Amino acid sequence: MIDSYIPLIIMVSVGFLFGLSNIVLAQFLGPRKNKTKVKLEPYECGIEPTTSARERFSIKFYMTAMLFILFDIEIVFMYPWAIQFKELGMVGFIAMNLFMILLFAGFIYVIKKGALQWR
Amino acid sequence: MEQWLVQSLVLGLKMFLIVNGLLIAAAYLVYFERKISAWIQNRIGPNRVGPLGLFQSFADVFKLYLKEDIIPTLANKGFHAIAPVISIGIAIAVYAVIPFGEYFYLGGEKVYLSIAPHINVGLLFILGMSSVGVYGLTLAGWSSNNKYSLLGGLRSSAQMISYELSMGLSLIGVLMISGSLDLMQIVQSQTGGQWNIFFQPLGFIIFLVSAFAETNRTPFDLPEAEPELVGGYHTEYSGMKFGLFFLAEYVNMVTACAMMVLLFFGGWDVPFLYETLGLEQGSVLRALVQFGVVVGKMIPFLFLFIQTRWSLPRFRYDQLMSLGWKVMLPLALANIAVTGIIMMIFQ
Repeated sequence: MIDSYIPLIIMVSVGFLFGLSNIVLAQFLGPRKNKTKVKLEPYECGIEPTTSARERFSIKFYMTAMLFILFDIEIVFMYPWAIQFKELGMVGFIAMNLFMILLFAGFIYVIKKGALQWR
Repeated sequence: MEQWLVQSLVLGLKMFLIVNGLLIAAAYLVYFERKISAWIQNRIGPNRVGPLGLFQSFADVFKLYLKEDIIPTLANKGFHAIAPVISIGIAIAVYAVIPFGEYFYLGGEKVYLSIAPHINVGLLFILGMSSVGVYGLTLAGWSSNNKYSLLGGLRSSAQMISYELSMGLSLIGVLMISGSLDLMQIVQSQTGGQWNIFFQPLGFIIFLVSAFAETNRTPFDLPEAEPELVGGYHTEYSGMKFGLFFLAEYVNMVTACAMMVLLFFGGWDVPFLYETLGLEQGSVLRALVQFGVVVGKMIPFLFLFIQTRWSLPRFRYDQLMSLGWKVMLPLALANIAVTGIIMMIFQ
């Protein structure tokens, strides 16, 4: 059972090695001169950069990420249920519907609170 | 020859073919993207390198190799270098579990048309890997220490995680019908024209829209919205590092199309085709035809991806987020409930 995952691991490492080797290769093939101070500045359409880019940004991104985790866990619960759907029968169906209704109530609360209002 | 030697030789050959096939597919997708956009805009498009400009993409790749690699002084050098590797590594790794056909016998050895055929969580692996892919874009945006890059990275991560929800939910209907996470078995459950598209049309539409958003294609290409963000998360990337991001985008597009074909359009299944041609289970010719059918079914979707990019304008960011959360997510949940009820009635 476990040795069927060996090709998977090899393929993942092949993917990453492909990326790494391309970057290393490009280091040798490309020119490495003409590095002036202005050239290495962050690109801001020709205007000299004033402050660091590591600034505060909108709270909405955090809210989206937190809600994503909540709903993603819901999906993780649903996958095993979906696969066993035919075996579980009516009991499983009603149980999952209750779970979905509860979660949908939370979803409506989130929308009514304006957590997903982008403006 | 010894068993393990043959198996590892076959495995190495399959990986070589897949990686090179992907690179050539991506190169020709770029070529066709440029050609189709030219036809849509009444231009000629690339026509200088080779006949009809067919070698244009290869010339572009060589050019990218020979370009200077600029790392801004303020950037975090390690993360800046690792971000494109994550993007392309994830994009290629997903192909370990995507089958392009069943199997054939070669000198008594059973050769599957996928790299890791005995994995029963294939679909979960694809979804998990595409979640990890978000790290590539976010790291690229953050490590560049550029305001445009940061905004692009943040936008793309928020967009991708939002649409990942509806993507994951839209597949649950398919899983309920087929009862397996193994892509090979999902395709086998659709044999004889019982394609999931006929039972899950809403699920397919949700998956299609989410796939456009996940691959950052127009109308959802806000991460790299040119007029406002220059290049988005890859503003500070040049040379082959930029090329790897570009390649990853096109490889992800091929992945999305392959998943649509395998999950919704019956994979290599065409009713009566194999019986009419008289191809036996396990013959090399049958495997080749299966591979051809999968690729042939992918082409219309790839064309749809390209054609949409050149005919639709871009969403505004609040429109994008409200479409993802307030339309797609409830629709996907409703799709699951309706599928459940119908399956309960007709069981």
